[in-house]
Amino acid sequence: MDLSAINPVLLIASLMVAATPLLLAAVGELVVERAGVLNLGVEGMMIVGAIGGFAVSVESGSPYLGLVAAMTAGAVLSLLFAFLTQFALANQVASGLALTLFGLGLSALMGQGYVGVKPPPMGTIHIPVLSDLPVVGPILFGHDPVLYIGIGLVAGVWAVLKYSRIGLVLRAVGENHEAAHALGYNVIRVRVLAIMFGGACAGLGGAYISLIRVPQWTEGMTAGIGWIALALVVFASWKPWRVLLGAYLFGGINVLQLNLQAAGIAIPVEYLAMSPYIITILVLVIMSADKSRAPASLGRIFHASQ
Amino acid sequence: MQLTKILTSAALAIGLATTAMADKTKVGFVYVGPIGDGGWTHEHDKGRLAVEAKYGDKVETVYVESVPEGPDAERVMTDMALKGADIIFTTSFGYMDPTINVAKKFPKVKFEHATGYKQADNVSVYSARFYEGRAVQGHIAGQMTKSNVIGYIGSYPIPEVIRGINSAYIHAKKVNPDVQFKIVWAYTWFDPAKEADAAKVLIEQGADVILQHTDSTAPQAAAQAAGNVITFGQASDMSEYAPMPRVSSIIDDWAPYYIARVGAVMDGSWESKSTWDGIGAGMVGIGEISDAVPAEIKASAMALKDSLADGSYHAFTGPLNKQDGSPWLADGETASDYEGDNALAGLNFYVEGLEGDVPN
Repeated sequence: MDLSAINPVLLIASLMVAATPLLLAAVGELVVERAGVLNLGVEGMMIVGAIGGFAVSVESGSPYLGLVAAMTAGAVLSLLFAFLTQFALANQVASGLALTLFGLGLSALMGQGYVGVKPPPMGTIHIPVLSDLPVVGPILFGHDPVLYIGIGLVAGVWAVLKYSRIGLVLRAVGENHEAAHALGYNVIRVRVLAIMFGGACAGLGGAYISLIRVPQWTEGMTAGIGWIALALVVFASWKPWRVLLGAYLFGGINVLQLNLQAAGIAIPVEYLAMSPYIITILVLVIMSADKSRAPASLGRIFHASQ
Repeated sequence: MQLTKILTSAALAIGLATTAMADKTKVGFVYVGPIGDGGWTHEHDKGRLAVEAKYGDKVETVYVESVPEGPDAERVMTDMALKGADIIFTTSFGYMDPTINVAKKFPKVKFEHATGYKQADNVSVYSARFYEGRAVQGHIAGQMTKSNVIGYIGSYPIPEVIRGINSAYIHAKKVNPDVQFKIVWAYTWFDPAKEADAAKVLIEQGADVILQHTDSTAPQAAAQAAGNVITFGQASDMSEYAPMPRVSSIIDDWAPYYIARVGAVMDGSWESKSTWDGIGAGMVGIGEISDAVPAEIKASAMALKDSLADGSYHAFTGPLNKQDGSPWLADGETASDYEGDNALAGLNFYVEGLEGDVPN
């Protein structure tokens, strides 16, 4: 065993990178679910965002344009789900699953010319003085911009849900859509916007994998992160800061266990490999012992005539 | 009346269609990853396309990709068998028990399971001696490393992967006594983000050579981003990452085997057998060694490859001890394929010098 081989500064920096795609997708889905919609298509929207962002940044040479394209791609795909569930009144679970399958297939088709292509690099932010600080510099001030957007998004979603009128309306729609409708709020419009926001976040999360974390395009490269994001929202009791905690725990323990394996620590590898799942679930379940519960209208179909 | 008429003609049409189809040999493939993974599944799919190219109208191939190892695999195989497949190739270790289970239910359908060891009357097993390629990798890696730390990304602790680790280590150690292996188990065949994380962790901990036994090209991208790190293509040539970081590769060539086996089904000569071919038979290829490797290392690597190909040298030749120091192979003795407790087919221990335990 050689724990000195692990550099804690690099470890923390890389766990933040590993957690970001999950965080982005989960915080988007949180908003969708708080509006009372269960979209199981996160994985599909992520992978379409991954290839959409990758293709545009390769063609344009600009990683930032790629990120915008990824958000657009995710949002456009989510519109399909919005149409099916909000206007055609289709079952949300089935539509979400279909969206994932469709997204996986569509991305494989779109990505055929991009296998083995190298995307333009996304630079890290460099703030004079701050980024050069020992320890704190690489951890807090040496990342790519998207990582900060992810944290900012959590803070933003939390503040909007808690303090703003928009947040109040969104929550009302998610808790009791008939009452919200009776009060004169347009339930469908609120939900469609929430679904699009969720799609854009998932698309950005996917592009983070294909443009920054790996960086390359490979079919099916999200490999289930969308599903983990869905589970995370539930375990985090639909609360933004807990989503952040859960994502960092999951990403962090994942990177930590790989580090411990490489350092040859004497814990059986099987336990290390399952530890991210178990610890994240444990922590969040213990925390959700308070009275938090799912939005009351989650997954229910709304029609103004009912 | 009208309805019955329609139904009858529909049934007739289906019947006719089935008869028309019956001339065709239907071949099914079950893949563990997407065909665009750039590695393992990609090569199996090239084999499938070669079968189509060879037999043209006489065959029809179907495939299902990204099938999880476990109960879902049984559903996919059953579905293929019900839809009239004559022969089904199941191309990952974890499909072993599902293949045997489904094969029992469809005694007339031929099954071919890759990299496993359970045979039945209608189940053949086939695999390639990837460890021969690993020997060449170890030989190059041991001489190319400057930090003397070689990182190895394992998928699952199954004999195929453990053979590869042992073979690479033995041959790296031979040319560089100071070499150290750091092994990380990803517990997945295909998860680009996780594979990239594993590669980054190994690089952060000082590895300047990354060997992978997972299916995607993500570790290649991670090594490229890190700079002075070399890698080897896994299962596929991965030449898009040449000349650096990818300096060579192990290429699986399934096409001749698939063509032969499908041909055997067509002419009725198919019977259950066990195939385990290496460099000599062409099932394992060594991808071009790039110019990043000095000429003399390249020459000695090619000599090693040739000696493995013509059988004059076996990758597991004694004297070799097990990790705990107990003897495995005596001086000049070579490992047997199937006989004895320490046979290659079921290899489950590290050789002397490797650190860490093999997970259960």
